[in-house]
Amino acid sequence: MKFRYLPMTEQDQKEMMDTIGIDHIDELFADIPKEVRFKEDLNIEEALDETRLVKEMQRLAGKNLNLKEVTSFLGAGVYEHYIPTVVNHMLLRSEFYTAYTPYQPEISQGELQAIFEFQTMISELTGMDIANSSMYDGPTALAEAAMMSAGHTKKKTILVSKTVHPESRAVLKSNAKGQNLTVVEIDEKDGVTDLDHLSEQYGDDTACVVVQYPNFFGNIEDLSAIESIAHKGKGLFVVSSNPLSLGLLQPPGKFGADVVVGDVQPFGIPTQLGGPHCGYFAVTNKLMRKVPGRLVGQTKDQTGKRGFVLTLQAREQHIRREKATSNICSNQALNALGASIAMSALGKTGVKDIANQNIQKAHYAKEELRKHGVEVVYSAPTFNEFVIRLSRPIKEINEELLAKNILGGYDLSRDYSDKENMMLVAVTELRTKEEIDEFASVLGGVK
Amino acid sequence: MNIQQDQSLIFEISKEGRVGYSLPELDIPEIDINELVPSQFQRKIDAELPEVSELQIVRHYTALSRRNHGVDSGFYPLGSCTMKYNPKINEDVARFPGFAHIHPYQPESTLQGALELMYKLQNSLAEITGMDAVTLQPAAGAHGEWTGLMMIRAFHEANGDTQRTKVIVPDSAHGTNPASATVAGFDSITVRSNEKGLVDLEHLREVVGEDTAALMLTNPNTLGLFEEQIVEMASIVHEAGGKLYYDGANSNAILGITRPGDMGFDVVHLNLHKTFTTPHGGGGPGSGPVGVKEELVPFLPKPMVVKDGNTYRFDYDIPQSIGRVKPYYGNFGINVRAYTYIRTMGPVGLRKVSEFAVLNANYMFRRLEPFYDAPYTQHCKHEFVLSGRRQKKLGVRTLDIAKRLLDFGYHPPTIYFPLNVEECLMIEPTETESKETLDEFIDAMIQIAKEVEENPEIVQEAPHNTVIDRLDETTAARKPILRYTTEA
Repeated sequence: MKFRYLPMTEQDQKEMMDTIGIDHIDELFADIPKEVRFKEDLNIEEALDETRLVKEMQRLAGKNLNLKEVTSFLGAGVYEHYIPTVVNHMLLRSEFYTAYTPYQPEISQGELQAIFEFQTMISELTGMDIANSSMYDGPTALAEAAMMSAGHTKKKTILVSKTVHPESRAVLKSNAKGQNLTVVEIDEKDGVTDLDHLSEQYGDDTACVVVQYPNFFGNIEDLSAIESIAHKGKGLFVVSSNPLSLGLLQPPGKFGADVVVGDVQPFGIPTQLGGPHCGYFAVTNKLMRKVPGRLVGQTKDQTGKRGFVLTLQAREQHIRREKATSNICSNQALNALGASIAMSALGKTGVKDIANQNIQKAHYAKEELRKHGVEVVYSAPTFNEFVIRLSRPIKEINEELLAKNILGGYDLSRDYSDKENMMLVAVTELRTKEEIDEFASVLGGVK
Repeated sequence: MNIQQDQSLIFEISKEGRVGYSLPELDIPEIDINELVPSQFQRKIDAELPEVSELQIVRHYTALSRRNHGVDSGFYPLGSCTMKYNPKINEDVARFPGFAHIHPYQPESTLQGALELMYKLQNSLAEITGMDAVTLQPAAGAHGEWTGLMMIRAFHEANGDTQRTKVIVPDSAHGTNPASATVAGFDSITVRSNEKGLVDLEHLREVVGEDTAALMLTNPNTLGLFEEQIVEMASIVHEAGGKLYYDGANSNAILGITRPGDMGFDVVHLNLHKTFTTPHGGGGPGSGPVGVKEELVPFLPKPMVVKDGNTYRFDYDIPQSIGRVKPYYGNFGINVRAYTYIRTMGPVGLRKVSEFAVLNANYMFRRLEPFYDAPYTQHCKHEFVLSGRRQKKLGVRTLDIAKRLLDFGYHPPTIYFPLNVEECLMIEPTETESKETLDEFIDAMIQIAKEVEENPEIVQEAPHNTVIDRLDETTAARKPILRYTTEA
């Protein structure tokens, strides 16, 4: 079989071997000890020609139910939203996607400027002084925020609310183990962080308080009250936030957050089974030199022309090695670019418009469900998600919904033993009145 | 090509009232926002996102893309980064709705294709690396390093070996190695290289001991040289009770030729965005799967994909697991691209990949050797290092040589790394480049070497035809401007 990615002809190979002074390519591997050389063919599937390859990949893709062929009320940290067509077209400019990290600024101004614009947009949305160029995803960004807090405050205890996404807490715990930090979970009360419990747990060793806004149940946490507890001592205030909600919600920066993290997936990034998405990391100026990952700064060339460079690199692993602020190297630059394009397309009015539609539609769904006798569990204000209680296990009900081509909400009993029969429902701008009405009426029937 | 010399920021072309989006009118009665969200939680000042039309967006990002160099623009011999061709079919496949628009919390019965793909990719990577099991969770190489080290830590702790607090790293290692060791709670110790560019075995024997948790090694190493004493190194570390960690950044040299598992490594990470053609994306997203030997299988992160009869499912029942390292199931969209590539090449193709990657590197090495100093002269693997010592004596730094290459339309090699080579240039051509491209680049390098002797200013003052000259990085770091503001 011939391979279309391998251009060397027989003649090329011969000429090259002559230059090197060898008769066979194997000679180049003579330094590999015989006992560790692999002698047979790898036992993996045989190569496919392009036509059969497409067929095989279509077969695999076709075995998955995709969100475009079903009515989805599933969110829980990963959301299907409107993606402007222009996003994908611009991402396919291969000067972006086939480039490495912009280490040579003279031929990377496009990427560097795009990241600088991304940093600006995230700062604007979160109400923070600065933002970095991206993290792997929201949960790892949250874990890095906790690590950074511990490093900055020299304290060892992380207080995290149980209303923070369960997977974020799981990732946080794995990371904390590496750094020998203690993670204390703060109870939930009526769907929001229990302020009394938080206050009790706050102590001299508190490195930070971590909450989510809107929280995992969709409820809007009282950041003002939490801030006054978080800043009782030396601890930092870390808020994880869905950036799309910040089109309309007061940004965490205005409540005195020291670090705001989250995932920009709601802006232009397909759900794709949960990754790759794109974390963001925003801080106040005083934490600028503690930030993990890459930062792009504006500067000038010798002729005074504006340009952009990777900066404050003394924080990073390739310079500081074991003393770096984090081990992160690759990030999610291309997805940050996609999110920037989506944020540019939505713009100043669109981001408010889309946030408002999410709030309105979720509220409408809540009211319709109530009308059909379904219990809406919490009374706190919400963004685009809320919790309902049904009379039977959610897993069972979701199977019945699927038979009607509806993807039901998240089964909260997976993570919370006290939330049997509770479903986290997500309603985005994509759901129409008819779809919501049908959902409410079906659930009214099974309640 | 007429590239506009000064490119406005998207905020600078914003004008009130313009939009680049299309949302439907609300089809439900709109409720006063004050009834839904209490005033203290409502945003008071709008986020200053740009107000631009769709064509303005297209022009803006097209203009930015033209100010960027990718593999599709030209040769990109950036050492240790494996800047090979990123196949177009991979991009198409990852965008199939059945891969792009699936939700991590859908019932497993509706994700059988995705699970099958992940299962097959896990197994293919295990076979390629000679490991017993592979997790696809880590998001990138450094994330994989940390994941692997956390498993090694859990293994030692499970054996009551809590005194194993040290990770040994060669002086030529990637910066992520010691940084990952720190994040995993270890101290790192450096082991020296010898005059052949390989790990100094005597020194290794001195530094291993009862406190050794692991040795992290890249093989071929960052000088592009195969650590030919690997079997002996493995036994030194294993006899001391430590584990061997393989940094897979350089695995493009060994596909089907030798396997880390057979060399004695216990843990491996791969950079799918290097060896397995997924695009670097200007810095990410990548994917850093980790493979382990039997002894470490109980500590893998949760969940793994398993097959029961004819169905696939996520397995969360891993009692000694180090836990979750990533939400959901890793960078699935990247893993789809890597699997597509593996299916394109098959066992024969993958072996040829490494053969040609190594042939190309050696060909360039031998042709450039007369013009630049070669600190190590044996056959290299997929990459090689040169030193600009000779040129430095004439007043031209390696940085200048790199900048001069920009004038020829090339992305320069990696420079000043590894740290143990003076004025280092690290060159990795990859297997997807034609002989003509290699020859043109070699000619440019030879011309620059001559310029250094005859007309050094042209090199010292390079680049001459990029959109921007060398930038003032010192001021950028001293007085950081990290965002646009209208006042600035």
